[in-house]
Amino acid sequence: MGLSKDSTGARAVGGQLVIEKKNPGDLVLALAGNPNVGKSTVFNALTKMHQHTGNWPGKTVTNAQGRCVHKGQGYVLVDLPGCYSLLAHSAEEEVAREFLCSGRADATIVVCDATCLERNLNLVLQILEITPKVVVCVNLLDEARRKQVEVDLPKLSELLGVPVVGAAARGGEGLSELMEKAGEQARAHTARPPLPCPGPESEDEAAARTVYRAEEIARQVVKRGQNGYSNRDRAWDRILTGKLTGFPIMLLLLLGIFWLTITGANYPSALLSTALFSLGDRLRELLTWLGSAPWLTGLLIDGVYRTLSWVVSVMLPPMAIFFPLFTLLEDLGYLPRVAFNLDKCFQCCGACGKQSLTTAMGFGCNAAGVVGCRIIDSPRERLIAMLTNSFVPCNGRLPMLITLITLFFAGAAGGFGGSLLSALMLLGVILLGVGMTLLISKFLSATLLKGVPSSFTLELPPYRRPQVGKVIVRSVFDRTLFVLGRAAAVAAPAGLVIWLLANITVGGSTLLSLCAGFLDPFARLFGLDGVILLAFILGLPANEIVIPLIVMAYTSGGALTELTDLTALRALLVDNGWTWLTALCTLLFGLMHWPCSTTCMTIKKESGSLKWTAIAFLLPTVCGLALCFLVASAARLLGAV
Amino acid sequence: MNSDNLTRLRPGQSAAVRGLTAQGPMRRRLQDIGLVKGTVVQCLGASPLGDPSAYLIRGAVIALRDRDAAGVLLERPAV
Repeated sequence: MGLSKDSTGARAVGGQLVIEKKNPGDLVLALAGNPNVGKSTVFNALTKMHQHTGNWPGKTVTNAQGRCVHKGQGYVLVDLPGCYSLLAHSAEEEVAREFLCSGRADATIVVCDATCLERNLNLVLQILEITPKVVVCVNLLDEARRKQVEVDLPKLSELLGVPVVGAAARGGEGLSELMEKAGEQARAHTARPPLPCPGPESEDEAAARTVYRAEEIARQVVKRGQNGYSNRDRAWDRILTGKLTGFPIMLLLLLGIFWLTITGANYPSALLSTALFSLGDRLRELLTWLGSAPWLTGLLIDGVYRTLSWVVSVMLPPMAIFFPLFTLLEDLGYLPRVAFNLDKCFQCCGACGKQSLTTAMGFGCNAAGVVGCRIIDSPRERLIAMLTNSFVPCNGRLPMLITLITLFFAGAAGGFGGSLLSALMLLGVILLGVGMTLLISKFLSATLLKGVPSSFTLELPPYRRPQVGKVIVRSVFDRTLFVLGRAAAVAAPAGLVIWLLANITVGGSTLLSLCAGFLDPFARLFGLDGVILLAFILGLPANEIVIPLIVMAYTSGGALTELTDLTALRALLVDNGWTWLTALCTLLFGLMHWPCSTTCMTIKKESGSLKWTAIAFLLPTVCGLALCFLVASAARLLGAV
Repeated sequence: MNSDNLTRLRPGQSAAVRGLTAQGPMRRRLQDIGLVKGTVVQCLGASPLGDPSAYLIRGAVIALRDRDAAGVLLERPAV
């Protein structure tokens, strides 16, 4: 089946872990720690890199490397995946253990959560048995202070026999001292001998011994005013995961996000589009004035520039609103609660509860969601999560869905009611996607990937106050601009291709009409038309460009309508034979068709199998086509169109 | 089926762990989150659909599915 430990296990995670030293004198520091203790924050703060952080366990699944210089000495930092133990057998734990045992690190920094030190010490003690060159970084001291938890750092250092540094990495506190101590450890030739290992013992005894020892140390160094799990967290959990309130709140939150996205994006979209198009006209004049040939002007302005400006004006505003909102929820620690609420559904489908986390990641980007599937231990369940990830619309597809809904289904209402209706419909589409995820997961576990759900533990971390300013800046720059950049890079050549197709004539008709005409009879079966299907095919590298391509194809025939607002766009589509059914089928097909090429390549890399990649390609496509066919046929039979 | 396993704990109740019947990787995982003999566990409540449930284990909140929680044996529940 291609589903061996080799293809899906440690090799897929750590196979390519090559240390990149810029300078042969660089020292290597490994960064280890439990999941969700702010390891990535420490890493980012030290390396000035922007590894994405979020308040849920398992955020870091790849080994990130970064370089920093402290007092003239270069260091390579290796951010190992978070794990609770070096003894268990998940892919991440294996990678962490293998790397630490290999001795390739000159020193290891173990990051701990000050509010939950006891459990973190378990890993610290295990690492101390492998390697002596360790610095313990007690992070999240700011949060501990808020919770009136005090950690006696000198005492901890004395008990462990290694340097201990207190830090609050989010505010940059303690990082310089951490580098100082880590540097000393890395340069030290005679290191302290590893903790003595008391004779032969069973695995159970070893595990229990570490737990008891951690308990003993924590008892001596931690003074807490209140429990790590505060009453405030308890009260929130009672509401957010309550029997009666859990699901309604989840839906309302999602609805709220969509509503804000749709409402907020409307105006800037129109503004951007007007601005970019008038700039296009100036550019055209400039080119003409420079004496460029009409075909060249057409190619550059009508082909490349217009597609680009469409992508920017349609994509940028919704993304710039959706990403920060979603990141805020992530930062708060809400996502694990969603996984907790939904776990039963995934359990019934023979899947892992953590799949709701990877599904949520898919909202950002399906390729990221697929990589995120590494948090799932069982290879079978990991494959299920990977194959179904593209059933939730990524940020490239969300604006397309929003545009279609606004144009054809909710636009008539207008105002507050209209945007609320749009948000509700979008919520419906998303729920359909989630429903399909579950259905297909169930189908897979009953057929291709038979098996019973495996065991897993899910940590519900304490709620953290999100760093609003940082979240907005980071999500705009790291995510929004990254995704937009990728879309733009694809949009330019795709616009060129479409323009060429529309302007090269063979036997009296353009290539575009030939291609679209060829696809048309097939596409009509599914309620689409040839141009739409062609746009989806050309949109394989990035779904963001589907709507712009459709518009390009319709307008490139000659008539240059200026599409300054949505009404004009709607008129253009209706002129080209669109009905509500076309819009609905495009919407459904937009939700369910082949994953973009980046996602496909990621699936190939993660599963190590062409067969599973092909299945990941076909599953949503077949579902989408089937659903479109049913809807189109039903509507035609009932004479609704 | 043993009668005094973790699934029998009602929300708000605490009890100490007597031992594990879970085997294989899950046994390891349970030990790693601190479920060894003597650890006191508190049940915080079930998810809206009844399974999994959340437990307070050594200061951390961990959700376990009933199937897995059944592998943790308890001393007599002390309310």
